[in-house]
Amino acid sequence: MVEPLLRVERVAKTYGEHVQTCALAGVDLVVEKGEFAALTGPSGSGKSTLLNVVGLLDRPTSGRILLAGNDTSGLDERGLTELRAHTLGFIFQFHYLLPAFTALENVMLPAWGYEGFPSRAMRAQAEESLRAVGLADRMHFKTTDLSGGQQQRVAIARALSRRPPLVLADEPTGNLDTESANGVFELMQKFNRDNGTTFLVVTHDERIATRCDRAIDLVDGHIRTDVRKGGMPRGLPQP
Amino acid sequence: MPFAWFVALRYLRDAKGQTALILAAVSVGVAVVVFLSALINGLQVSLIEKTLGSQAHVTLHVPREVPRLLVAATPERGIASVVLPAPQRLRSIDQWPATMGDIEHTFGVRAVSPMVVGFGFAKRAEAKEAIVIRGVDPELLLAIIDIHKKIVAGRFDLTGTDVAIGSSLARALDVGIGEKIRVTTTEGVDDIVTISGIFKLGNEGIDKTWLITSLRHAQSLYALPGGVTTLELKVDDVFDAERVASTLRERLNLDADSWMGLNAELLTGLSAQSNSKMLIQFFVTVAVALGIASVLAVSVVQKSREIGILRAVGTASRRVLAVFLIQGGVLGLLGSLVGSGLGAALAKLFENVMRGPDGAPQFPVVLNLPLFASAIALATGVGLLAAVVPARRASGIDPAMAIRNG
Repeated sequence: MVEPLLRVERVAKTYGEHVQTCALAGVDLVVEKGEFAALTGPSGSGKSTLLNVVGLLDRPTSGRILLAGNDTSGLDERGLTELRAHTLGFIFQFHYLLPAFTALENVMLPAWGYEGFPSRAMRAQAEESLRAVGLADRMHFKTTDLSGGQQQRVAIARALSRRPPLVLADEPTGNLDTESANGVFELMQKFNRDNGTTFLVVTHDERIATRCDRAIDLVDGHIRTDVRKGGMPRGLPQP
Repeated sequence: MPFAWFVALRYLRDAKGQTALILAAVSVGVAVVVFLSALINGLQVSLIEKTLGSQAHVTLHVPREVPRLLVAATPERGIASVVLPAPQRLRSIDQWPATMGDIEHTFGVRAVSPMVVGFGFAKRAEAKEAIVIRGVDPELLLAIIDIHKKIVAGRFDLTGTDVAIGSSLARALDVGIGEKIRVTTTEGVDDIVTISGIFKLGNEGIDKTWLITSLRHAQSLYALPGGVTTLELKVDDVFDAERVASTLRERLNLDADSWMGLNAELLTGLSAQSNSKMLIQFFVTVAVALGIASVLAVSVVQKSREIGILRAVGTASRRVLAVFLIQGGVLGLLGSLVGSGLGAALAKLFENVMRGPDGAPQFPVVLNLPLFASAIALATGVGLLAAVVPARRASGIDPAMAIRNG
């Protein structure tokens, strides 16, 4: 059997030392390659916590995360950074672009910061990503000179420029007007369709959630429902 | 460009106002250090030059003669004695050419000049003055005192019975170039000499008493054929004089006086100046370090979310560390470059404005490469050091925390 891209095993996360808050209470989840999954739930249900844990930004209190076949519980800080750089792309609710840099530089920074030195290939890849999100003519703009929708597109280009197998998005459209939100969502779907990039998208926008292949609903740190549209995930042979 | 340099320089460029302010602060600090150092070094050099211009660094002469008891005390028999100080007579240093060769090869010695030094009187008509007669080898003396520069009338020429005398002595005797005076030495020898040059060394005690003649002439005046009474030394490092003196004292069994021993008060003054200079440098350095550290600390807080993002997308923490260390180092380097220029300009201006009545600068300044190099190295090092704490904080930022709290 092929190891799934992401396997979450009985992951729990509690915060605080004296007063303990339970954000995740033993979550089991498997995400296959090529899925486009929505993670929904009321605020405080643990969506962002789950995303942070899956994104290796936070360690679970118990349980383990297997990412692309790697057990992450045994990795040190350096190993986590390495794995993040290779397998994950992040899109946040706020674009979190670096205001001192141009759009192109922002898209190049992850690879640049990982490799240390810029390269021609790195630049070409970043330019291609920006073209793919429709910003070919805005590459050398400071990100502060772009509109909200354009900024989020740059953030998507940044998340996707290194072709990570898994992209984690936390409310990627939460801060945009309907039209821009639509554009951004369609862009993510396009990458999912064309490149087979797997997406795990946190949202509380019902309209977005219903347009995904799979909707995972989280309540009080538990998965309440996990619905796949059309039965099996794409890309896997039907039984 | 390496990632860390690219990000560091962009951050500095992007925060123009902040960068300009802290650069100005570092520049002013370095300028103060450079200016004060130039001034104090200049003062010290000119003080030492004035003191040592007419003085050898080390003077060697025959030890004083001390009377020796002929009968020694024994346990059975005590001795009461009255010892009278022996009258000192002029004696030559034994085997002086060999001794001189030996000294020339001593570590730290630059030049040696043999002399006959004695006392006497100069007479012209009714005028009579007590004088110090110094018989020298003109060539070798030049290595000790640049007498040509000090000649105010005539020239420095000691052939035959031609002599050079101090300017105050010339005034006291009312003589000029080409005129003759009668010299009587403590050995009772009389001679007529011709004034060929008048010098002014700037030390009244010397200008009023010295008569410089040739070594051979002095030897005949003091009945010391072939002998010398004193060896004068110039050393490479003036502050090394005492060490050289004590080395020679032990080895040659001669009395050795260094200028440092003879000018203890001047030395105390110089070291007090050096200490105050160090103190000022220390406090300026601390202020510069605090300035850079606080600017970077603020910058780390402002940028904590950006740093979190960089960390989240795969930037190693050591690169984040480097970003802030580089900023500190660059601030120190740029600030010290500007500050060095500013300090040097200020020092030159000060030197030009503050002039004595004779038009010579009252405060000569010393600006040299070591001064700039050390100021720049110090400021850059301090910048790096000041950046350590903020940089460590930046590299320790937890990406999840920074993103959550953003």
